[in-house]
Order: sequence, then C-alpha cells, then structure tokens
Amino acid sequence: MTTTTLECIIKQQPFFADFPNKHLKLIVSCARNVRFDEGHALFHEGDVADQFYLVREGAVAVSVITPKGCVTVQTVGDGDILGWSWLFPPHRWHFDARVVRPTRALAFDGKCLRTKCDKDHDLGYELLRRFTRLVVERLEATRLQLLDIYGKNT
Amino acid sequence: MLPAPCRIQQVWDETDDTFTMELKPADAHRPFSFQAGQFNMLYVPGVGEIPISICGDPADTQSFRHTTRVVGVVTRAMRQFQPGDVLGVRGPFGSAWPIEEATGKDVVIVAGGIGLAPLRPALYRLLAQRGRYGKVVLLYGARTPQDMLFPHELERWRGKFDLEVYVTVDRATASWRGNVGVVTTLIPRAPFDATNAISLICGPEVMMRYTVRELQRRGVASTQIYVSMERNMKCAIGFCGHCQYGPAFICKDGPVFRFDRIEPIFGKAEV
Repeated sequence: MTTTTLECIIKQQPFFADFPNKHLKLIVSCARNVRFDEGHALFHEGDVADQFYLVREGAVAVSVITPKGCVTVQTVGDGDILGWSWLFPPHRWHFDARVVRPTRALAFDGKCLRTKCDKDHDLGYELLRRFTRLVVERLEATRLQLLDIYGKNT
Repeated sequence: MLPAPCRIQQVWDETDDTFTMELKPADAHRPFSFQAGQFNMLYVPGVGEIPISICGDPADTQSFRHTTRVVGVVTRAMRQFQPGDVLGVRGPFGSAWPIEEATGKDVVIVAGGIGLAPLRPALYRLLAQRGRYGKVVLLYGARTPQDMLFPHELERWRGKFDLEVYVTVDRATASWRGNVGVVTTLIPRAPFDATNAISLICGPEVMMRYTVRELQRRGVASTQIYVSMERNMKCAIGFCGHCQYGPAFICKDGPVFRFDRIEPIFGKAEV
C-alpha cells in the first residue's frame, strides 16, 4: 500500500496547478491534513486568521450572523480554498465558517507562509497570483448574486 | 395558424409567483406531440397571446404542461383558470435541445430559476434512454430555497444512481443547509469530461453568459454548448420580425441555439 504524500496531494489540487516545484516544498512544510465532523465551527468572525484551508472533500458554509440568525453567504466545497485574511493585516476572519458535511482538508499555516514569502518574493508572487485570481472569481460570483438575476424585476 | 382549443386539466402553484397548467386538446382525437425545447403560443381570448416553453414529458401525447411566472396581463389571466376552462394553443414551434447529438457524451444541464422548466423535457428524454449517454449532470440555481421549481422532482432525481444533481441558491435563509452561491460556482467541480460533453443551458441571459464562460474555461467547446434564447414573440412563424436576433428569428431558428452560431452577437446589448 502506498502512502500518498502531502506533496502529491497538494500537486493534484487545481489551486496549485503548475506551482513551481522549487516552492512546493516550502508550501508542504506549512501544510497538514485535517478532518472535521459536520457541525464543527472552523472559525468565527474576528478570530485570528493565521491559516487557510483547501477543502479536499466536503463542504463548509461561510456565514454571517444577522438578527434573523446565521445566514450562509457562500458554500465552499471540493477543491475550494477557504480564507485569504491570513494574507492581509489585521489577519482576522471576516466571517464565520461551519462544516456542513464531513470534511477532509489541508490546513496551511499562514504565519509560517507569510514569513517564507517575506524571504522569498518569488514564492510570494506565486501565492499572490493565485489568491488574486481566487478573489476575482469570488467577487465576480458575488456580483452575480447581488444582481438578483432570478428576481421578479429582472 | 388558428389557435386550437385546449382544456385546462389542472393548475397548481410551483412558487409564490410561478404556476403550472396541464392542458389537453379539446379534440380528443388530436394528440399533441413536441420536442424538448419547443414552445407554444398560448391565447387567452380577449386578453392576449404569449409564448411559453413546454415543460412536460415529450413521451406524453395526451396532455402537455406549461410552467410560467405571473408577470403581465396574460399570465395574470391564466393564473385564474380553473380545470375545464379553455384557452387557444398554437404550436409547437421552434428548435429543440440536441438530444440525439448528445449520444455517447456526458450531458451537463445548467438551469437558472424558471429556466429549469424548458430543460425538464430534455431531462425526461435523457432519462428515458439513459444507456445512450455518459454522465448526466444537472446543475440548478435558484434565487432562494422557496423559489426552487419542482423541488419534489429534484429530490427524486437526486436519489437516482445514474444522475448527478447539484442545487444551489443565491440567497439562503437561516434554516437552509444546502449549497449557497451562484450556479456558475458548481461548474468547476461538476463531474463530467469536458472534452466529451455537451451542455444545455437555460436561464436569465446574464446567467447564461457567465455559465458559457465557465464551461469554456473548463474546456467545453462552443460547438458543444446550447442555449435557449428569449425575445418578444408575436407570430411565432418568422413573419413579423419581433423576435429577430441578429440574422436569425428566435421563433423559427431558435429558441435553442448552438452557441458558436450566435457567439458574435451573444450578450450584445443592441441585439
């Protein structure tokens, strides 16, 4: 029986497609496998954001507490990245996140990665390039949600 | 073409602003057959006539169904119909979903809001001949959980071993435990082979625009993407020009178009 290494797992993820090999080892050194049961609260708004997650399998609801209760604004699933607050000060989560289906993920130590990126700007560029694309995609999707395209007046 | 009288069998609400009518030709010797993707012109005497996609099972030639939103004078009048009432029907008109061309391929159906109604006949056809196709995937996006069309049927389809169904809503209630996000976010991880897939899309035009883009990003060729277009239709037989769409008429060249054929004008505000 072969053991799939973290490096192999990370290489297979679309987010890390074509990631330069020389930087992959740095990423792997900041990563670990994690597993969460349904209902587990990953983080709350305002918590320190010193890591991000790559969902390998499962689903996590990103939500906001409102007077009507906890409302999900986005669901993150297989292959999705959860969290970019680790990149920007004050490194605090802006939303709540709760596991809605048993989830296996990779957790990346954001503090560790920030230090490595400060020392190796090429690594920083590769990560920022990917996170920027992610943010753009999420912004695009959010704008579509805001358009209310299925609404009565559209 | 004169409208043929058809009798209402049943009317029921699907959501708070959408309803379905089941109709039967008043002449019992006159079966009704259509292809998935086609539409009828429904005439309410003294009120008006509008085009509505046929949303029932093409295998049923005794009756047919239309699901529509209450948006204007004619649909408001239709919502008041009771079983036994009669309205006029011309049709079916228009082009059909490419069910035969999908043979041997994965089929990805992407529906937004009431766009699931014109796609439902295609799904019925695919399921009736399931062995002919590869993976069949339905991606459905609705505004809220309460705005979902055909929820019981969606649940039934989800229970099938040979059909993948993914549902998402744009806005969740506190009690919703399902997926939240626009339907395009389902495409990157939907299980299909982009190099051997055909995609059928129906929904608001802006939704179709972003869906096409996401499918192309995934590697689906424009020649394998089909969209159902909508414009104001009056005659439904290519005479009046109201539904002109570039060099085509939606009523007779559409409503189903292969995307590469309309790609140059798709999304252009002036067209």
